Amino acid sequence: MNEKVAVFRKEHFNAAHRLNNPNWTEEKNQSVFGKCNNPNYHGHNYELVVKLVGIANEETGYLMDMKELSTLIKKEVLEKFDHKNLNLDVAEFKNLNPTAENISKVIYQILRNYVNKELQLQIRLYETERNFVEYPA
Amino acid sequence: MVYLTRLEHFNAAHKLYNPKWSPEKNEAVFGECANDNWHGHNFNLYITVKGEVNADTGFLMDVKKLKVLILQYVIEPLDHKNLNLDVPFLKDKMCSTENLAIAIWGELKPHLPENVFLHCVKIFETPRICVEYFGN
Repeated sequence: MNEKVAVFRKEHFNAAHRLNNPNWTEEKNQSVFGKCNNPNYHGHNYELVVKLVGIANEETGYLMDMKELSTLIKKEVLEKFDHKNLNLDVAEFKNLNPTAENISKVIYQILRNYVNKELQLQIRLYETERNFVEYPA
Repeated sequence: MVYLTRLEHFNAAHKLYNPKWSPEKNEAVFGECANDNWHGHNFNLYITVKGEVNADTGFLMDVKKLKVLILQYVIEPLDHKNLNLDVPFLKDKMCSTENLAIAIWGELKPHLPENVFLHCVKIFETPRICVEYFGN
């Protein structure tokens, strides 16, 4: 019998960003990224879903204390990302294009350092209600 | 009298910052929304018009035409823009959602057909924060 369970924690943050590859010409950036390349930035309300999968602890019945997971996400992710400019204010994007794909990978890498290694971790990030990514796939 | 609502959406960067105030006062009043480097939102916009139903069409107005008006006069100037820097009709205004609703009213109202009246501009700045403007 498969004893694995999944738990999910939803959080949200909002931020400005732009999509731009500094190695390309302005024309090529405009052609590939279109209005997302606006030099004055645009922004989103991001919805973040953090998923953990594993076997619940026999004594607590918990995979992870959700209060601790909430505090961890707030401290390590939301405080760095919320009401920020991802390109300018978040060190991880100094040389990395802040697409939804890359944001979800960065969030995964941050949280992976803190979440019990026996638990699988997956990030789902909604950039809009209609566009969302998952990492790892 | 019937009311007809069209939902559109756009996303944009902005900041709340009063240039007449010191950075300290801006920080005290607007907090993280005053971030010098901007932040941003997905805005959901509900435009409600009102009037009488046309006996021949059964319409208050052709909602496809309402969509085209909203896209041309509101979404096109706002979407993927910086509200403080890129939008002529917000120039020199505080880019709060309240002021955005009032400005959108001013942009859209002159373009509605005769006998169709703007009733409400409603903007969700986040799924949890919403502003309504009824023109007075």
